Amino acid sequence: MDKARRTFLKIAGASVVAGMAAPAVMKLTATPALASSEGHAAPAAHAPVGGGHAEETPTVMRLGMVIDTRKLNAKEGLIDEAIAACIAAHNIPQFPDKKSEIKWIWKAPFENVFTDHSVRLGSKKITDNDFPVLCNHCDEPPCCKACPTQATFKVEATGIVAMDFHRCIGCRFCMAACPYGARSFNWQDPRPYVKSYNPDFPTRMKGVVEKCNFCGERLALGQEPACVEACKGTGAITFGDLNDPKSEIRAVLDKDFTIQRRPTTGTNPSVFYIV
Amino acid sequence: MIEKTLKGKPAYWVWLAFLGMLMAIGAACYIRQYNFGLGMTGMSRDVSWGLYISQFTFLVGVAAGGVMLVLPYYIHNYKEFGRITILGEFLAIGAIVMCLMFIMADLGQPMRALNVVLYPSPRSMLFYDAIVLNGYLFLNILCGWVILTAEKKQVKPPKWIYFFVYLSIPFAVSIHTVTAMLYCGLPGRHFWLSAIIAPRFLASAFAAGPALIIIACLVLKRVAGFDAGRKAMNKLVTIIIYAAMLNMFFVGLEFFVGYYSNIPGHKYALEYLFFGLEHHGQVYNNLVPFMWAFVILAFGAIAVLATPAAKKNDFVLGLGCVALFIAFWLDKGIGFVIAGFIPSPLHEITEYVPTVNELGITVGIWATGFLVVTLLYKIAIGVEHEIEG
Amino acid sequence: MYNKGTIIPGLIIFIAFVTFPVWFNGLTTAGDLPKPELPPGGEKECVMPADYMRANHMQLLNEWRDNVLRDGNREILEIGGKKYPKGLQMACMQCHSVKEKFCDSCHTYAAVTPYCWDCHLTPKDAKSKEATH
Repeated sequence: MDKARRTFLKIAGASVVAGMAAPAVMKLTATPALASSEGHAAPAAHAPVGGGHAEETPTVMRLGMVIDTRKLNAKEGLIDEAIAACIAAHNIPQFPDKKSEIKWIWKAPFENVFTDHSVRLGSKKITDNDFPVLCNHCDEPPCCKACPTQATFKVEATGIVAMDFHRCIGCRFCMAACPYGARSFNWQDPRPYVKSYNPDFPTRMKGVVEKCNFCGERLALGQEPACVEACKGTGAITFGDLNDPKSEIRAVLDKDFTIQRRPTTGTNPSVFYIV
Repeated sequence: MIEKTLKGKPAYWVWLAFLGMLMAIGAACYIRQYNFGLGMTGMSRDVSWGLYISQFTFLVGVAAGGVMLVLPYYIHNYKEFGRITILGEFLAIGAIVMCLMFIMADLGQPMRALNVVLYPSPRSMLFYDAIVLNGYLFLNILCGWVILTAEKKQVKPPKWIYFFVYLSIPFAVSIHTVTAMLYCGLPGRHFWLSAIIAPRFLASAFAAGPALIIIACLVLKRVAGFDAGRKAMNKLVTIIIYAAMLNMFFVGLEFFVGYYSNIPGHKYALEYLFFGLEHHGQVYNNLVPFMWAFVILAFGAIAVLATPAAKKNDFVLGLGCVALFIAFWLDKGIGFVIAGFIPSPLHEITEYVPTVNELGITVGIWATGFLVVTLLYKIAIGVEHEIEG
Repeated sequence: MYNKGTIIPGLIIFIAFVTFPVWFNGLTTAGDLPKPELPPGGEKECVMPADYMRANHMQLLNEWRDNVLRDGNREILEIGGKKYPKGLQMACMQCHSVKEKFCDSCHTYAAVTPYCWDCHLTPKDAKSKEATH
């Protein structure tokens, strides 16, 4: 009975994936069942095999983000809310010293974020605004190439550069390899420095590397990434599938001139900025 | 042959006890680090590799340096090196043992180290580094032991061993090449992103490794009555001088590329290392004295070794070799790794200062390496004395 | 027999030492079979039958881990009308909520120390620092 049930579960799971609904966020989810409780329209978990939108499924997804820094800076404190949302969602410790710092998304001045761009004679927008920094979920991630255990890797289905904390040996080769300074290392047990726990997400242990995961765990529930959700209604952060020409994010990219961080490194980041 | 390590003069035992004490200190420091995490070190989010990885990098060079004895002796049939080739091979063993220990000390989750084997990742340079380092360690143990055993029995070494001896030559080159590739293939770190890194590593290795062997020979002459022979040492000095000059030439080329092209990214780390890097009104220059000490010691050592006195006088020779070894240790064992992190990808500057605990572990690992080399040299020289006496 | 005076006491000490685990476990409670406490909420069904879980929960957890983290397969299992998101924290510990009384009782007996809870929060851990809003 065990084996039969397991096989059934696997098939059922697969059918759930096949029956995904169309809207931007929903496309990212494998579990419409819970998503429906979030107010999205979604088919039931027992959707029939092959049901749904077969005509637009074939391309592989590549999740990306466009950050409109004009809108993000227009509202006082919005950027901090986005950061706080991430910290709360992922049990990120807050260390008092810079040495042990752990950051998934944080803010920095233009000259630090866009080191390949000149700030000489730049406008006030460039000198006064804050710019959020996070993992770029590169198309060609140097960190994944460097990792000797495949503890960090690109999820082919979504393009997310993910971490398997169970496998990380803490060699920090990925930190040296990342051209964006997006990775942090747990120099000590992070738990005493986590302010409040999100009961649905683990903490990390000492000796492993961590970084932004594009909220893979939230996408699975049909939710938007925490930082995107924190900016809801402002249009400051658009999240979606870069490979889908009909997606909202592609519309945003079509409309405005965007830049990426350190394009010369050839990593092809999935995070775009409107300055 | 191992029994030779069990008999020695009081000085031998005092030396072993001294090393044992340092090892115990290192072990105690390591237990502290193991329990607390790598936060016990001076490393930070921005400078995520420190003394451990830089020692590792330098010692790979020391290990590779042994090939400067193996190659002339086995390929060019340079007989003068016959007595000391084994010293090169045994030094390589000690150096690689230290390398592996430094890697382990640097891991955040050392208990999972075998994941490198369980989940082999052929796109990672660390994967190849693990292969060539362990391969080179194995080759040196095999070749050193088989040839020494044959020598003890006063028979010719078996023919099959020469396959492994010749194999060890490209392996020696590969260990330092792959170690250079750990750094020079990373897109975001300008200081490391240079095709000259591997040749530069090899040049400095072929100077620092043989320099340490000469120092060992001079020590062994005094304490163990082992004479490597002036001719062999003078030949080594020639090798050292050329290799050292090549290393300095390569460093000079880095300066040319950085400063003539005037590309900021190529200049920052050099600026930081040699002149101090100014950033938002503050000058960061922790490593400046070390790097100028490197330059002065290196050129001074080359000059001293090139004098006729070095060919005759043990003291002058030893002085030159010690100066050169320290110089290249400062260059590769301190400056190279740390400066790669400056500035950070977000153009911030965080300076790195090792902690006492970290230094304790580092000293403990060096002591372990010296212990391994001491024991192996004791065996090698015991055999030499046995067949001569 | 020579040296009776030393051999016999020596043998006795040796035997006492070698049989230490046997009599120690007999005299103390250390050798008693563990009785893990069933879910305080009274749940009777698990994702798999109890004997399967007893023997293979670690493989199942590893499988879930790889599904969720590596294959991007986070589908929610539905068994007996109940939904289980794959995860130690999100599924297992929702029912088996007291780690000390469930997980530890056997792990201690078997002298294994899995590092699950270095990262994963038990309900008690999570409660210790609840979000204020």
